[in-house]
Amino acid sequence: MKNVMSNKFVITLYVLPALILILLLIYIPIVLTGYYGLMDWNGIGKMKFIGLDNYIELVKDKLFWQSTWHSLLLGLFSTVSLVGYLILSLILASKIKGANFLRKIYLIPMLLSSVAIGQLWAKIFDPTNGMINRLLIIFGVDNPPVWLADSKIALYALFFPIVWQYAGFYIIIFYAALKNVPEELIEAAKIDGATSIQIAYKIKLPLIAGVIKVMVILAIVGSLKYFDLIFVLTGGGPNHASEVMASYMYSEAFSKYNFGYGSAIGFGLLIICLVMTWLIQKLLSSKEVEF
Amino acid sequence: MSKAAMETKINTTLSVPYKTSKSFGNRIGYGVLYVILGIIAIIQIYPLIWLLLFSLKTNQEVFGMSPFSLPQNPQWGNYAKAWSAGHIDVYFFNSVLYTVIAVVLTVILASFVTFAITRMHWKLSGLVLGLFMAGYMIPLHSTLIPLFNIFKSTHLIDNPVSVILSYVAFNLPITIMILAGFYKTLPREIEEAAVMDGCSIHRIFFQITLPMTIPVLSTTVIINMIYNWNEFVFVNTFLSSDKWKTITVGVNNFVGQYLTDWGAIGATLMISIIPVLIAYFILSDRIVEGIAAGSVKG
Repeated sequence: MKNVMSNKFVITLYVLPALILILLLIYIPIVLTGYYGLMDWNGIGKMKFIGLDNYIELVKDKLFWQSTWHSLLLGLFSTVSLVGYLILSLILASKIKGANFLRKIYLIPMLLSSVAIGQLWAKIFDPTNGMINRLLIIFGVDNPPVWLADSKIALYALFFPIVWQYAGFYIIIFYAALKNVPEELIEAAKIDGATSIQIAYKIKLPLIAGVIKVMVILAIVGSLKYFDLIFVLTGGGPNHASEVMASYMYSEAFSKYNFGYGSAIGFGLLIICLVMTWLIQKLLSSKEVEF
Repeated sequence: MSKAAMETKINTTLSVPYKTSKSFGNRIGYGVLYVILGIIAIIQIYPLIWLLLFSLKTNQEVFGMSPFSLPQNPQWGNYAKAWSAGHIDVYFFNSVLYTVIAVVLTVILASFVTFAITRMHWKLSGLVLGLFMAGYMIPLHSTLIPLFNIFKSTHLIDNPVSVILSYVAFNLPITIMILAGFYKTLPREIEEAAVMDGCSIHRIFFQITLPMTIPVLSTTVIINMIYNWNEFVFVNTFLSSDKWKTITVGVNNFVGQYLTDWGAIGATLMISIIPVLIAYFILSDRIVEGIAAGSVKG
């Protein structure tokens, strides 16, 4: 028994192809991005070693910190909106008729590509013919905002399509977690005279704290990685008003051909993502409750 | 209450319906709740209906008439125009091709790995599983410049192989995560009996274990299909010839070129999202289940 199931040759044969792929395409590149960050390089010519110059520039680069701040802001918004998704999931999971149908409707935008969502919302936000401003005009707003073209509100406007896209995803997950809360606990609390709000707050939420924690990480770290939607909708503009880390990296590397500096930004993005993951885990670790 | 029982499909603890006498105030409360839930449903779905409407309109209608009006004379020509003028047919075919190849490779490789890790005995299995799982946390954009350089030096830039390999590598972590959750719940007795009977390890994997995992395999296939179909940045970065691009990138370029032709843009967007919507219409239970499984267990 042991012999067959611990055949070294078979294990190697089964694991190696996938392992080589992730080492070659995920792990080696993240090391390389740190290394390329030490270079002056336009992506085509020879690399020139310049030590820590790119990283020093990065730390002093206002635009980098501005885009980091934008990414963190989006993460903060996403985290706050988790509260709304949680409330909705609590409602849906409390044996409401049609809950299954509703959560399936809510999920639809999540299945579309960020590019399609971006192009659709570019039309929705269109200052003269878009859905939103047409509605606002009908309701008597004289000078509706120009949304994505206004550097003061572009970043905040982006949050509408983001919520639209991801709401269903979080609701599906919270709903599944809530459905796993043992029914006997809730029944017992009801018999003891607990109100639905007490049951939600004292029983359901503590029991799904683990899932909530994972979703907070996903919301924040996911926000740090936003790219497609922003690339399509604003390209980081106007005048960097909606620039995020990934879009800044992309335009430095693939538009301006600063591959060395772009790599340094990519490495910064990686470090910030890892630090944030670690930080949130640390902050939320005390709140774990076992089933 | 039968509806409610259906809703708890994922859940194993079905409860006895709890009867409460609903007062008048309670019913109003429920009414308000349904209105809120309904409004959210409309918000989620109306932009797509609006898209469908303007994909069938002329520019005069889009600009001149109410955004909520139905198209007076549905312009199906917008779809014909989008399909032929924008290379959408080529992009569509490419999307199908890359998606299918990448999904097959991902699911097979992930099954091999999950089987070796959860069923076979070796020292480094925990470490290797950790490596695959941690891949999920790595931001894709941090790997983009090195990947570009690696593919360039192996002459895989503007070659779909680069995109397909990237899809496989970046989808392996989530796929293995979902598979491993399922493998842990599978009984080992059948496999153990097969070992006793002198069955070879490959036969055990292909003829016993793999068929048992078909339900979860279909879940991972769907999740992978949606990810690959919608993927943007790899194609946009690694492929430059029109003949290789996928529909996601193609749509973006097309819309960029035809800034003012709303009908054609709408039709292009509709063509790109219809396959996903059809898949969802048929397989919504599996998709919902897959999304829940992939994240809760992770």
